[in-house]
Amino acid sequence: MTARTQFDADIDTALADAPLQRALADVPAGFVAGRRRAREELLEFEPLRRVARDIRDHALAHLDLYLEAFESNATKAGSRVHWAASGDDACRIVLDICRAAGARTITKSKSMVSEEIELRERLQDAEFDVVETDLGEYLVQIRNEKPSHIIAPAIHMRAEDVADVFRRQHGHLAPDRKLDTPEEMIAEARGILRDKFLSADVGITGANFLVAESGSAIIVTNEGNADLTMSLPKVHVILTSIDKVVPTFSDAWPLLRLLARSATGQAFTAYTTIVTGPRRPDDPDGPEQCHIILLDNGRTELLASEMRPVLRCIRCGACMNHCPVYCSIGGHAYNSVYPGPIGAALSPALAGAEQAAHLAEASTFCGRCEQVCPVEIPLVSVMRQWRSLALEQPRSRRARVMLHTWARLAQHPRIYRWCAGIAARSLKWLAGSGARIRRLPFLHAWTDYRDLAAPQGGTFQQQWAQREHKRAQRDRADVSAARARKSDSVP
Amino acid sequence: MLYANQCHPVISMTEVYARRPRVGLFVTCLVDLMRPSVGFAAVRLLEAAGCEVVVPEEQTCCGQPAYNGGDNANARKIALQTMRAFDGLDYVVAPSGSCAAMLKVHYPRLLADDAQHASAARAFAERVHELCAFLIDVCGLEQVPGSFAGRVTYHDGCSGLRELKVREQPRRLLAAVPGLELCEMSDTDACCGFGGLFAVKFPAISNAMVTKKCANAASVKPDLLLSGEMGCLLNVAGKLSRQGADIQCRHIAEVLAGEMTAPAIAYSSDGERR
Amino acid sequence: MSHRLRILSRIRKALDAPAMPSETARAEAVAERIAHPPQHWPLRSIQTADPEGAAQLTLIGRFKAQLARLGADVIEVGSVAEIPAALANYVAANVADDAAGLARIRMGSDAFLAALPWSSTSGLEIAAGMAEAADVIGVSRAIAGVAETGTLLLVSGAENPVTLGYLPETHIVVLETGAIVASYEEAMQSMLAATGGRMPRTVNLITGASRTGDIGGKIVMGAHGPRRVAVVLWSA
Repeated sequence: MTARTQFDADIDTALADAPLQRALADVPAGFVAGRRRAREELLEFEPLRRVARDIRDHALAHLDLYLEAFESNATKAGSRVHWAASGDDACRIVLDICRAAGARTITKSKSMVSEEIELRERLQDAEFDVVETDLGEYLVQIRNEKPSHIIAPAIHMRAEDVADVFRRQHGHLAPDRKLDTPEEMIAEARGILRDKFLSADVGITGANFLVAESGSAIIVTNEGNADLTMSLPKVHVILTSIDKVVPTFSDAWPLLRLLARSATGQAFTAYTTIVTGPRRPDDPDGPEQCHIILLDNGRTELLASEMRPVLRCIRCGACMNHCPVYCSIGGHAYNSVYPGPIGAALSPALAGAEQAAHLAEASTFCGRCEQVCPVEIPLVSVMRQWRSLALEQPRSRRARVMLHTWARLAQHPRIYRWCAGIAARSLKWLAGSGARIRRLPFLHAWTDYRDLAAPQGGTFQQQWAQREHKRAQRDRADVSAARARKSDSVP
Repeated sequence: MLYANQCHPVISMTEVYARRPRVGLFVTCLVDLMRPSVGFAAVRLLEAAGCEVVVPEEQTCCGQPAYNGGDNANARKIALQTMRAFDGLDYVVAPSGSCAAMLKVHYPRLLADDAQHASAARAFAERVHELCAFLIDVCGLEQVPGSFAGRVTYHDGCSGLRELKVREQPRRLLAAVPGLELCEMSDTDACCGFGGLFAVKFPAISNAMVTKKCANAASVKPDLLLSGEMGCLLNVAGKLSRQGADIQCRHIAEVLAGEMTAPAIAYSSDGERR
Repeated sequence: MSHRLRILSRIRKALDAPAMPSETARAEAVAERIAHPPQHWPLRSIQTADPEGAAQLTLIGRFKAQLARLGADVIEVGSVAEIPAALANYVAANVADDAAGLARIRMGSDAFLAALPWSSTSGLEIAAGMAEAADVIGVSRAIAGVAETGTLLLVSGAENPVTLGYLPETHIVVLETGAIVASYEEAMQSMLAATGGRMPRTVNLITGASRTGDIGGKIVMGAHGPRRVAVVLWSA
């Protein structure tokens, strides 16, 4: 099965999944309405998007220099900086750190980069006890699923699903333990995860931003799980990617002002933590080691391409919340770490065009994603570029031939008009005496779901030409009549 | 006084008073093929606004299928052909936000690196307008020929709305139609799921989207659903027709121009669905 | 070649375009940006109109309003001396007592907190050091409050161990009204002034209690950290 046929099958599954559809139906009233309110309350929201875009563009245009500055300052602060060209390299670095620390239990806070390189699976294969501590991510882990949204990984689950999986996976639960409300379920998860936090040997987090001027990482969560993940074990690993660097704190604040507002509609996330190195001599708490892994994994290729603006992304998820396609099929159908418009723009670069270029087809180019993107990524243009690259591939031969044939036709106006006339008459004939076609012998994808209105018959160009012709005749007749009158009046 | 309250810099005020602006109608494929009455409605509106309308024969498609399909080379050729076809006219007006956006926004992008044509594309783009935007922003049209007694809901086509910022203009024109009551549905700015080839490449998703759109429309109980975009209209009208819903669909130009003799989209001349 | 060199050379190659400024110009731009960060601040929606006394009042009002929206409690006291009693009252009213009838609070070695007249208040037992799993109440002192979003700025160290704000179910933060500023930018300046320009291991910007919306989309407090955040506001 090709990635594309798999996609079609997953779309059908998603559309037929009634609980998923109910969960997705809440997105407009939740994230979308939240963002709208947050945007209205911050007068400078729109100008800030342009500031944010410029900050990210500046950082990307000087990426090598800011990464070097970051590395130098982070090292001075006592962090150990590692560079990883591929996901595999990054996984190996993390495994080495965990082995050197003699770790058994590893806590993780949510990190899309770790999803991208399948770090949890790699650590589990090496017999480490790995626990996701973001509640949504924990649910996804114990249900053996993948996240379906970059900021709300369990958005596809209903509360009943959560109670079910707790009863199945948490062996200690008494049969009469009540799990009826979100509060009761969260209390259960809190208890389990608290033990893990306290017993973990290594804590792995991502980073939302890296600040070059101080060698700091900025990590935001609402649950506070990243703080417990990084503060309690003796080793803290920050797994992040090279595109996350910003020059200074002055550059980080505008981005942070937009991040939560765009994501959940909160003005600020509950916990925004700036980490600069490991525990200091007089610190009673905090890790003894702080490792920072800078991953490339396809990002330098994006940097070199016209699609560079994709690297501005600050992972807020607004594009998927506002995407009519995402809101119809949810995240899993994309079969990609990053779903929605940003996934269609980013995944072909990270996972390979063979695997993911078809995602760029799944857009009406309605442009709502671009309109809400806090860093103004031209998502539609980027998707269009992926389509362009895909069209050149040998596997697109059929599409290419059809497109070229049509395009050649469109470059011959007379033939094009003639074909339009034939098409109008044929469709009219198919409709018979009715005004709609209920089944097309070709293009049945259209009539499987909706009727095709019958054309009025005759093209506009034909009718206009007739009208102009008549008008010209009339004008000529008028002129000769006038001439005749003129000659009559002359004696 | 029906036109030229705010005149475009392409022609000077003296020229405007000296002669009527010559407007080239970009017919669009779907109007040409499916619903010529929209083209005649557009002509009537433009003439009511004091313009002389020409329909260049050498126009075909705006090139969007090639451009959005990733075939920039052919899209460029079609762009140059369109620009040539409308050479010498004061304005180019299309009864479609998406075709107008292709001409106005994307031609300059497509030809940006073409030293020979880049500036011509920018100058061409300056002259291009979506119909409603042209009638309000350039002609300052305040009265329209049409009238309609009933409830109307309006669907914003995505390209017109987001690429050309056409939002207020159609509503102002509708406000000028005697008897018309505009009832806004929720999520007027949400895509209807047409998206050109998207509707046939991902028919099931497209169906989910148009189903939501039809439900939103039905909830305000309109007599008529209007839009400035034939693609959206074929999609929504096709779905409403399949659902057997009692909502008629028309292009906004038909109502504004009072060109309502043609039956609504997917309706027979006796006002029935058959 | 090391991964470091490989990645950096790929980046340089990616950025290498005819229109790109020279290496020196780029290096200068970066040095300049770090030496003189751009001021994207102030924002109209956050800025207060009056630079004098009234502005401070507005800031406090805004800060309190934001905390109220977040569901955080505000305990206002007239003087430093009243802090222990106000805190004890809050604890008695909101946090369940332990068996001995004494509520144990945990705090670090912060000199300001240590100097408060705790002995004048009965009902509180004070434990020192970083938080432990069994702790119910953590008390910290914040360096600044940000009116923009009701955010508290705390720094790590023996004075106010980080874990106090994450392990106990109730986190009580003591803040002087004079330390309330409009923006994150100004709060960072206050912080750097307090630490002599040195970045602490962590700067914790706390905006309300720990929360999650991951189950059924409903926002619930106390996902992992505190279910309750209270701010004791005092004026000099």
